[in-house]
Amino acid sequence: MTFRKYLVLAGVTLCASIGDSLLSRGMKQVGSISLNHLADVILAVLNPSVALGILLLLGFFASYMTALSWADLTYVLPATSLGYVLLTLIAKFYLHETVTTSRWIGVVLISAGVGFVTQGPALTHHPAKPQPHKTEYEPASARNEP
Amino acid sequence: MKQAYAWSAIAAIVLASTTGDVLLSRAMKQVGDVGALWRQSGLWTVLGRVLRNPNFLLGVLAMTTAFYSLLFGLSWGDVSLIAPASASLTFVTNAVAAKIFLHERVDHRRWMAAVLVAGGVVLLAA
Repeated sequence: MTFRKYLVLAGVTLCASIGDSLLSRGMKQVGSISLNHLADVILAVLNPSVALGILLLLGFFASYMTALSWADLTYVLPATSLGYVLLTLIAKFYLHETVTTSRWIGVVLISAGVGFVTQGPALTHHPAKPQPHKTEYEPASARNEP
Repeated sequence: MKQAYAWSAIAAIVLASTTGDVLLSRAMKQVGDVGALWRQSGLWTVLGRVLRNPNFLLGVLAMTTAFYSLLFGLSWGDVSLIAPASASLTFVTNAVAAKIFLHERVDHRRWMAAVLVAGGVVLLAA
């Protein structure tokens, strides 16, 4: 695991949690949308919070796909669940909501889970590289050169 | 009866999002390390390889199914049951599916992580 890869995991975590909360805030500003006025859903993207939320969720998807290209699914999912912890901390210290004891226990459990998984290796199964011919590595890499 | 609807929605969400995660993970392993590929052949090669991968397209389809199942579920049941129950169960089903279909080595550390995170998500929503 390099520093760059930890940055990608942080990107997955931050984009998902901040994007979700922005969408939630924006949709509350837009108000409830009736099934008879479905066009309002399209107009909802004009709300700045909704637009920024969608951008962040696109960033989430890109960084999630990047992480899955070099790490196991059972590594990426628990490692990026710190977003739940982050949302709780935002609720407590930024939105000044009351956080109950059971929620704090939840925060501790998730943090412990993240600690467990990040101690181990990120990739345990190395898929066989597709080899077009019986030949060795050399022609395969030359093939990718522009 | 309402509970039965809510739990069938939860089952649908968990099944669809686990299928989606497994397919997306398999697709990205086939594409290979995105960072290295980007440096070697550029962003368009990366995008082309990802978007032409059948597993990726099926994975996105499964994720879309999960999203719509969640929307249907939320119209039948409480958000305080459906969102945490499906999110939490998905961590455990993903560990099982990754072991079976992706041949990941899910050791005791990863089981512990999946179970702890699943429990934590339930408590956060309580």
